Amino acid sequence: MAHTQQFCTFFLEGHFFGVPVQQIQEVIRYQEMTRVPLVPEVVRGLIILRGQIVTAVDLRRRLGMSERPADQLPLNVVARTDDGPVSLLVDEIGDVLEVSDEAYERAPENMSPEQKQMVEGVYKLEHRLLLVLNVHRALEVGADPR
Amino acid sequence: MDELIQEFLVESNENLDRFDGDLVKLESAPGHKELLSSIFRSIHSIKGACGFLGFQKLEKLAHAGENLLSKLRDGELPLTPEIGSALLESGDRIRQMLGSIGETGADGEEQFPELIERLIRLQDAPAAQPSPAKAELAASNQPESKPKPKSEPEPELKSNPEPKPEPKIELPVETAAAAGAALQASAEEPRVEGGMAIEKAEDRMVSGGGGIARPVPTGEPAASTDEAGRSPEEGRGKAGAADSTIRVNVTVLDRLMTLVGELVLARNQLLQFANTLTDAGFHGISQHMNLIATELQEEVMKTRMQPIGNIWSKFPRTVRDLVVSCGKEVRIEMEGKETELDKTIIEAIKDPMTHLVRNSVDHGIEFPAARVKAGKDPVGLLRLRAFHEGGQVNIEISDDGAGLNSERIRAKAVERGVVTAERATRMTEGEVFNLIFLPGFSTAEKVTNVSGRGVGMDVVRTNIERIGGTVDVQSAAGKGTTIRVKIPLTLAIIPALVVRSAGDRFAIPQVALTELVSLEAGDTKGGIEMVHGAPVYRLRGQLLPLIYLNRELRIETAETQKAKQGPVNIVVLRVDNRQFGLVVDEINDTEEIVVKPLQKQLKNVKTFAGASIMGDGRVALILDVPGLAQRANLGVPGRDDAARDAAKSSVNPGEQRQTLLLFEGQGRSRMAIPLSSVARLEEFGPDRIEHCGGQEVVQYRGQILPLIRISELVGGRGLIEEMTDGVQKPLEVVVYTEGERSVGLVVDHILDIVEETLVVRHNTGGASILGAAVVQQKVTELLDVAGLVRAAHPKFFEAGA
Repeated sequence: MAHTQQFCTFFLEGHFFGVPVQQIQEVIRYQEMTRVPLVPEVVRGLIILRGQIVTAVDLRRRLGMSERPADQLPLNVVARTDDGPVSLLVDEIGDVLEVSDEAYERAPENMSPEQKQMVEGVYKLEHRLLLVLNVHRALEVGADPR
Repeated sequence: MDELIQEFLVESNENLDRFDGDLVKLESAPGHKELLSSIFRSIHSIKGACGFLGFQKLEKLAHAGENLLSKLRDGELPLTPEIGSALLESGDRIRQMLGSIGETGADGEEQFPELIERLIRLQDAPAAQPSPAKAELAASNQPESKPKPKSEPEPELKSNPEPKPEPKIELPVETAAAAGAALQASAEEPRVEGGMAIEKAEDRMVSGGGGIARPVPTGEPAASTDEAGRSPEEGRGKAGAADSTIRVNVTVLDRLMTLVGELVLARNQLLQFANTLTDAGFHGISQHMNLIATELQEEVMKTRMQPIGNIWSKFPRTVRDLVVSCGKEVRIEMEGKETELDKTIIEAIKDPMTHLVRNSVDHGIEFPAARVKAGKDPVGLLRLRAFHEGGQVNIEISDDGAGLNSERIRAKAVERGVVTAERATRMTEGEVFNLIFLPGFSTAEKVTNVSGRGVGMDVVRTNIERIGGTVDVQSAAGKGTTIRVKIPLTLAIIPALVVRSAGDRFAIPQVALTELVSLEAGDTKGGIEMVHGAPVYRLRGQLLPLIYLNRELRIETAETQKAKQGPVNIVVLRVDNRQFGLVVDEINDTEEIVVKPLQKQLKNVKTFAGASIMGDGRVALILDVPGLAQRANLGVPGRDDAARDAAKSSVNPGEQRQTLLLFEGQGRSRMAIPLSSVARLEEFGPDRIEHCGGQEVVQYRGQILPLIRISELVGGRGLIEEMTDGVQKPLEVVVYTEGERSVGLVVDHILDIVEETLVVRHNTGGASILGAAVVQQKVTELLDVAGLVRAAHPKFFEAGA
């Protein structure tokens, strides 16, 4: 009896990503953001989530992907962290999937080292690959202010 | 169980605080029955509780203290200072053990046998009635102070089940109206039978509304009958205060605060939406809701407030210990104990306040003999005063001691190289006094274990400034010293000025703000001048360095640059004792804003202190003014600099940190004069030069301003160079003013204003040159302005005088 795990899934530049559901607090539609000067550009700004101010990190930028088309508004996948909720900006949201541990494999060697840091591994689903995002790493934004 | 211990720790610490306070009070009112009972109860509660929690070492100590106290209470022993000290010390040890329980879960390794020994010895002190007293003690104290913890509650219930639970229930039931949990627990209480005594006792501990709320501690009713008869009454007396308070976890309050913040936002949106509708009924409801939300917000804010008396209550003890150890006599007066402050602020000022109080006693108040000599009451007075003023809380700590010796501080400051001798003589008394807040500065002649090491006042200032407060000192020789601390009411909500730059909104904490300057489009040119690319504005004759917010934050766009035709808005800010101007696009309004911290992804950016949600439901960043100044390389001469100076100048006295005006003299050589001797920087067209008595002069502000060409004076050919340019350039003039008179120093080219630590290498000769130093990696000559002027106009100073 293989162990299974639930993933909250989303899309980034056509790639299919997932984060264990336990780490996700909620998904909300696009919110207007307040930009923060002098921070790395992966930090898109601040949004308000029920009275809390939440940092929004653009995963496309974080993963070194191309910019999202201007007419496409990102969605907020709000992740739980020790430091309170942090929003991950994604292109589109997918279903919550239950996947079996048997389908898991480590991230392929030929990924760029930068990406490999953030992609923990891959689930080989029937039609596509599900990339497991390491939220903790993705949010380690080396905020060098200068 | 953890929760139980947690509760025990909180209560015991409260008990100890009361214990300390009461004991000190008792020393001035010996034999006060109620105080004695209260002290006894405090320690008894601790002992009782630690008994069944299994902290045996702690119990042993508490037990010894309690035995001694019972003697005091029964009037068998008078309260001597020795007993007082021993009891206070046992309080401290208990606190120490509680600390260890909090950290490790166990009451530590130490057993304090000497202290226990001392407590026991003191009990037997009066030789007058040795053996009967002992016998009596054994008889009367046995039931209540028996060290066997587990058996304690049990016999109590079995022996007389009826009357015992009665007084106990009474309190919790009343309290229960507010606390549901307490209600449940105490309601079950009467049904409990002897066999479950321990469990029951635990229940009661958890359910107790507050330490103060329960004057009858666990196990107390087991005392002799007359005591049992007395305690319910006392209990009832206190119940009034107890009923009105319950203990609530701070996280619950914080959460409540956040929720209210959300509610306020939702309310704002609702009101905006209501404006688009015409339904009168809906308008009514939304208005009503508006009022309720506002009131709710105010009330929730209040839950975080605590009276300053909470920290002051510890001071009588602190002072007593000091007074005993140094042989002074001091009495404390407190005024405005009930002044309320936000909880976080109360915590932040606790240590600084303690330090200030210690300082006053240790340094401020003289020894009784000296006081008598000075014609003062031998008992010194330490006065604590707190009051609200202008949305801030003022706290004053004053003593009627010797006051600060400004001469000694001056001498010390010069000796330490904190200021130059010349500057020291020019400093006002107030400025001199404030030097005591510099690091490493102590005028105490000898270092005591309390103070005098020179670490402290700077920490006090740092801590108070960290929470947006200020410290100021006033003193009169022979009369005393007053230290005034001003702090905001709350950190959670602060008044701030909202500005706009490049379309974004930013909030600037009001504490840093000194004034606003708006320059109309017309006089923009005359207002802002450039010193080698660095914009400055003359604010009442002083050069105010300017920074542009949009440039600092790199949010400048072509569009915003174009829009800069309108008036220029300068927000004048103060950091430490330096001012600078922040140029913003738009100044909106002042608002009370709720400060929210930034998450770790943004923590590295020192320019922002936090963020806030504005009335329209959008986020605005809060600027960190010191951070901004630092970012703009405004070289704020903070305390660190002063400290560095102090350290350096002790090695090399020729080294000083100064703000200099740099300019080019003849042959591209670089020269500098201290900015402090510069009144203004001006430019005059060559056609404005007139001649008078063989001298070049210009008409300037209704006066005749003689010009001195520096290049010529220090041996150059500035004039010739100028002529070869073909077209005569306007003259760049540094106006130097002494008293009523001014002269203009004509320089070739003004370069920059820098702040530098000067190392004057050697004198390169020349009457008007002080020496040379390396400034910005280039050799720069330092001009002696006064000497220069004297050389050119020998009568300048006389005439000015």
